[in-house]
Amino acid sequence: MKPVPFDYYRPGTLAEAADVLAALREDAAVLAGGLSLGPMLNLRLARPRAIVDITRIPGADGIEVRGGTVTTGALLTQADALASPEIAREVPLLRLALPWLGHFQTRNRGTVGGSVAHADPSAEIPLCLVTLDGTVVLRSRRRERRIAAREFFVGALATARAPDELVVALEWPRAPADAGHAFEEVAQRRGDFAIAAAACRVRLTPDGRIAEAAVGIGGVEPRPICVDTRPLLDCPAGNADAIADFAALTVKSLAPMEDHVARAEYRRALAQALIARVLKTAIASARKHSEGGG
Amino acid sequence: MPGSGRGARPWVGAEVLRKEDEALLTGRARFIDDIAPVPGLKHAAILRSPHPHARLAHIDVERALALPGVVGIVTGAQLAQVMAPMPSVVKAPIKYFPCAIDKVRYVGEPVAVVVADSRYIAEDALDLIDVAYEPLPPVVTIEQALDESAPPIHERLGSNVVSRRRFRYGDPERAFAEADRVFELAYEYPRYASTPMEMFGVIAQFEPAPDRFTVWSNFQGPFVLQPLMANALKVPGNRLRLITPPFSGGSFGIKQAVSSYIVLLAAASRVLGVPIKWIEDRAEHLTAASASGDRLGRIAAAFRRDGELIGLHFHNVANMGAYIRAPEPASVYRMHSTSNGCYRVRNIAIENDLVVTNQTPIGLNRGYGGPAFYFALERIMDIAARGLGIDPAELRRRNFIPKEAFPYTAPAGSILDSGDYAAALDELLARADYAALCERREQRRREGRLYGIGFAAGVEPSGSNMAYVSLAQTAEQRAQADSKSGANASAVVAIDPSGQVTVRIDTSPNGQGHATAAAQIVADALGLRPQEVDVVTEIDTLTTAWSIASGNYSNRFAAIAVDAIAKAAQKVADRLKHLAAELLEASPEQVELAEGYARLIGRPEQAVPLRRVAARAHWDSVGLPGGMTPGIYEAVVVSPPTLKAPDEQDRIASAVTYGFVVDVVAVEVDRETGEIHIDKYVSVHDVGKRINPLIVEGQTLGGFVHGLGAALMEELAYDREGNFLSGTFADYLCPTAPEVPPITIGYIETPSPMNALGAKGMGDGSSMLAPAAIANAVADALGREDIRLPLTRERVWALANGKALPERLARSASGRAAPGDRRGLNGEGEVALPAPPVEVWRRLIDPAELAAIVPGCRELAPAGANRYRARVELGVAAVRGLYDAEIELRDQDPPRFLRLVGSASGALGHGTLEGDVHLAATADGGTRLSYRYRMHVGGKVAAVGSRLLDTVMRVLIAGFFRALERRLAPRPAHRLRAWLSRCWRRIAGRTP
Repeated sequence: MKPVPFDYYRPGTLAEAADVLAALREDAAVLAGGLSLGPMLNLRLARPRAIVDITRIPGADGIEVRGGTVTTGALLTQADALASPEIAREVPLLRLALPWLGHFQTRNRGTVGGSVAHADPSAEIPLCLVTLDGTVVLRSRRRERRIAAREFFVGALATARAPDELVVALEWPRAPADAGHAFEEVAQRRGDFAIAAAACRVRLTPDGRIAEAAVGIGGVEPRPICVDTRPLLDCPAGNADAIADFAALTVKSLAPMEDHVARAEYRRALAQALIARVLKTAIASARKHSEGGG
Repeated sequence: MPGSGRGARPWVGAEVLRKEDEALLTGRARFIDDIAPVPGLKHAAILRSPHPHARLAHIDVERALALPGVVGIVTGAQLAQVMAPMPSVVKAPIKYFPCAIDKVRYVGEPVAVVVADSRYIAEDALDLIDVAYEPLPPVVTIEQALDESAPPIHERLGSNVVSRRRFRYGDPERAFAEADRVFELAYEYPRYASTPMEMFGVIAQFEPAPDRFTVWSNFQGPFVLQPLMANALKVPGNRLRLITPPFSGGSFGIKQAVSSYIVLLAAASRVLGVPIKWIEDRAEHLTAASASGDRLGRIAAAFRRDGELIGLHFHNVANMGAYIRAPEPASVYRMHSTSNGCYRVRNIAIENDLVVTNQTPIGLNRGYGGPAFYFALERIMDIAARGLGIDPAELRRRNFIPKEAFPYTAPAGSILDSGDYAAALDELLARADYAALCERREQRRREGRLYGIGFAAGVEPSGSNMAYVSLAQTAEQRAQADSKSGANASAVVAIDPSGQVTVRIDTSPNGQGHATAAAQIVADALGLRPQEVDVVTEIDTLTTAWSIASGNYSNRFAAIAVDAIAKAAQKVADRLKHLAAELLEASPEQVELAEGYARLIGRPEQAVPLRRVAARAHWDSVGLPGGMTPGIYEAVVVSPPTLKAPDEQDRIASAVTYGFVVDVVAVEVDRETGEIHIDKYVSVHDVGKRINPLIVEGQTLGGFVHGLGAALMEELAYDREGNFLSGTFADYLCPTAPEVPPITIGYIETPSPMNALGAKGMGDGSSMLAPAAIANAVADALGREDIRLPLTRERVWALANGKALPERLARSASGRAAPGDRRGLNGEGEVALPAPPVEVWRRLIDPAELAAIVPGCRELAPAGANRYRARVELGVAAVRGLYDAEIELRDQDPPRFLRLVGSASGALGHGTLEGDVHLAATADGGTRLSYRYRMHVGGKVAAVGSRLLDTVMRVLIAGFFRALERRLAPRPAHRLRAWLSRCWRRIAGRTP
C-alpha cells in the first residue's frame, strides 16, 4: 500500500499547471482531491511518473452566477457545494445529489472537478451535469475550450479530456424557478458507488402537463446518459401509468454493465424503478413550485 | 459522571468510564506500529501469490536484490531450512508453513519476504521479483472439494476431504422415526471476516548464542499457539519471547492468525540477521489474513405435533481454506457439545466433514462457529414454526430448557450453568410489543408490501475448554495422546512499597476494557477507587504468568479471568486486614477496607491508610505478624473444574458459562430495488452479573453490527477460478453508521455459579444470531426459505421477483458445479469492415499488422508457428500496466474462422482470453466480423478492481476491432463516415 516513486509538482496557478501538463502529458496524474487517485496510487494500480497537485491553486474553487449559468471552479469541494446557498437555489439537482456522494468526511476533500475528470460510471456529479446539459471547461497551454458534458464522458473512466488538458470549471444552467428536481440512487450502502442512480428535472404546463423533462441515468451504462423523454411531453403529470410505461419502455434500450455486484438484468430493473420514482418526485416538486409561486 | 464518587461502591455493576479511553481518544495510545523496541529495524513487504493454485517453478530475485536499500530477500525454500511445519490436531498429511515452498495454494499466500530500509523500497522490490508460476486447476467451492475426481490440493492427502467424523447422542434414528413432522433445510453459510481498524503487526528479532527470538506483535492468543510457534522455529519454548504492545486496535478473533506471521518474520530475521518490522496493509488483510469459514450444511429437525423438538440431525461441510491452521478445526467443534442450543432436545446426530480448498485458511472470528451453527438451528426453528402453525416465539418457549433444570447437562456434554430463557423471551416480546408488530405485518401485507418477522435464540458459550478441539480426533486417537482439559487463567495483584496497586492479567485485550473491569473488581476488594488501581494487560511470555489458555478469545475474561482476579484481590485484602488488625489492635475479622483505609467495622474513625499498611509488608519484613511472608504479591491461577477431558462417547463440557441471547427483527423489503429496511430490532441478553453495564452495552451493540454485516453485505468473495474479489473496503462491505438501525437492548441476570462474581462471558452476542434472525425475517417477508447470505440488494431483488440467483453463487441441483458453469468475463460483438474477408484475414495473421491492432502493443515477435510474444500496455485512465503477453492463432480456416488464444501477466494481474472470430462476406464487398470471447482475470485487478473490470475489458476488445477497422479503412473515407455519423446524430437530435 505504498505508491511507486513519482515526481511531485505543485503548480501555483492554473497556467503553471497547464504548462506542467503540456510537458508531461500521459505521464502525469492530476491530483484534485485524491479520493480516487489516492487509493489507486497506494494499491499501485496507478503508476504515474508524476503527480500534479492542483489542490492549492488559489481561486479555482469559486461559485459564480452570471446570466443563465452557474460556474463552479474545479476545486470546489463537494462539502462546500453542498453548503452553498447559490447551488441550492440555482442548481437544486446538484444539491439533491450531493448528500448521496460518499460520506461527510470524503466530501470535505473530494472536488466537483475531480469527480468529473475521473468519470466513474456511478458518479453523481457527472450524472447531474449530463442531465442538465451542462458544460465542462478545459484548459491547456494552447487554449481553453468548452465541451458539452453529454460529449465529454465517453466511457468508464474515459473522457474527451486530452492528456495536456485540465478540467478547470463546470458550467451549470440555472434552474428555471418553476422546475422540479429529483435524485434517487440505490447502492449497497449509503455513500457507496451507485448500482444505479437517476436524476430528473421537470417543468409543467399551467394545466399540469409535462412541458419539459430531462432524465439521466448513472451507474448503469459505462457513462452517465440522458434518456429520450419526448414520449412524455404533453402527458398529464398525474398519469402514473404513462410514467410507468415510459420507464419500462426506456430501459429496454439500455445496455447495462455487469459486475459481481449486479447483473445487467438487475441494473435495468433498478433503472426502471428509479426513472419512475424521480419523475414522480420531480413532478410533485414542480407542482409545489407552481402552487407556491401562485 | 457515573461512578466517579468514592461512595459508588460496589464498583462491580457500576457504569464506570473506561480507563483505556483517555489514551485512545487523545491519540496517546501506543500500538504495535508506534513502538521501536530495538534499534536498526528493517522493514518487510511480502510477495504474495496472485494465483489460487500453481506450482512455483522458479523465483528470480536478482533484479530486486540490486535495488538500493534492499537488505535481503528470503524465499520459502530458504525459510524451510530454519522452520518446521506447524501441526494441527487433525492428523493429515498436510504440511503447513507460513510461506509457500513449492506450490501456492491460495491467492495471497506468502511466496517471499523482502526486507529493506523502508516499506516503500520493500514494495518497489516486490515488483522486481520474477516468479514463474505454473497454474494448476483450482478447487474453489466446497462442492468441488467433495468431488473425488478434483485434483488434490495436498497431493499426499489424495483428496480434498481431510476429516469425516460422525457423532450420535441419544437415539436420533428413533426420534426421526417417531416424529410427526420432519423439517429440513439445505443451506450455505458465507465466508466473511472481522475487520479491525488495526491490522497485523510483527517486530521480530533473532539473536544467536543461544539462539533465541524476541517478537513484539499484536497477537491475541490463544497462547496454546506459543509452543507450536517455538516448535516451528526450532527453539525451546522460553527462547521464543512474545511481547504485546500496550494497546490493540481491535481483533474480534482474527489476530490469532498473526501467529503465522510471527513465525514467518522471525524466521526471516534469522536468515537475514536483522530485526524486522512488518505491518500488514488492508489489501493483505482482506486477501490473506484469515476468515471465518464458509459452510455447506444440511439440518433436519424432528418434531411432535405439539411442537416438541425431539431430534436434530446436522451435516456440516466446513471449508478450512488451503491448510488446517491451528487451532482449527476448532470453529467446527466450538458449538458441538451445545448442539441442542437452548432447547431440551436429547437426540442429536452430527456429521462433520472438513475440506480444503484454494482459499485463505480460516481461523478465529467473532462468534467462532456460532453464526453458522445458529443459522442452521434457528432457521429450522422458524421454518418448523411456519410448518406446524405455531408462533415462532411460542415454539421456542415450548422447547426451552426450564429454569429449574440448571445446571443442565446437554446431550453432547455442555454443562449449562444457569438461565431463565422464558423470562428473557418475555422481556423480548414486551420490549418489541410483539402483538403490535404482528398487527403491523398484517397491515403492510394487506397493502401488498413485503414485511416479515424473524426470531433467533441461543446460548453463548464462554471460556473454552482447551480439549474441545480434540473432538476432531476419534476417542481412540485421543487415548493415544496425553490427556487435555481445563482452561487456566492467571491474575497477579501486587502492592508496591509506596502503596500503589498493580494488577496483571493474562487476557491480552483488544479494546474490550478488561483493565477497567479488573480495576473495578480489585477496587471493591481493597476499598479503593478503580482509578487507584493500575492494570497491566501487556503480555510478555518471559515475565507474565501465562499458560496455554491465556489470551483474548471465547469471551474468557468475564467467564474465567475475573475469578482469578477476584481471588487474588481477596488474598491481598486478607493480608491487608491481617496487617491492619495488628496496627489497630483488633482482630482481622473486625477490619474492613474502605475509602483507602483499613478501619474498624462500625468505628470508621479507627483507621490507618492502606498505603501505610501495605508499606509495612515491604519495610518491616522481620517484624510482620507471625508467619506472614514479606511483600504483597498474590498470584492466582484458576481452572474451572467442570472443564474435563472428553469422554469416550465424545461428550465434553466445552465452556464454563453460557449466556443467553434472544433476538427479534422486523423487516420490510423493497420489491423493486431489493433494499431491506429494518423496521425493528430487539435483543435481550443474559450475561449473568454485568460487571460494567457500559462495556456490556458497547459489546452488545458491536456484536449486533457484526451480525448485521454478515446478514446483509459482508462476504469474502471468490470467483469460480479461485480469484479473490474482495480486496478493498469498496469491495468488502462492512456496515457503517447509516446502515445500523436503532436497536432496543434488554438484559436479565441469572448469576453464574462458575465464578466469584456471577458473571458470564459475553461479546459474541448477536454476531451469532443476527444472521439467522434477519434471514428468518426476510424469509417470512418473501415467503420462501432458500435464503442465502449476505442478503445483498441484487440477491434480495432476485428472491423477491422470482428471478434466478446471481450466477456466481447459483449451484446445480446435484450440488456440484455444472460443467461450463465457470465464471469469466464474456462478451460478443460484430463489426462491419470495409474490405473483403481475404484482406481482413491477411491482416489478422500478419505480425506487423497485429502489432498495430493489439491495443497498447509495444513490441510483438513471432514465437513459433502462429504464436507471438508481445509487450502490451493495457489499462484505462491512470490505471495502466505493462504486460507480457502470448497470443496464438488456432484452428485457422481461412478466410472464415480463427480462434485467438492469449494470456498476459504483469504487476497488476494476469489473465487469459479465448476468442472465436468469424468472417463473412457482405453484399457490398466488405466483411461482417463477429466475435465471441471468454476471459479470466486474476491477481490484483480482480481483487480490487472487479467493479469496472468487465466494462474496461469490453473497451479494450472494442479497441482491438476499431483499430482493425481503421487499418482497413482508407483514412479519408473513414473520417468522412465518422463526420456523417456525427451529423446524423445531431440531426436526429438523439443524445449520445
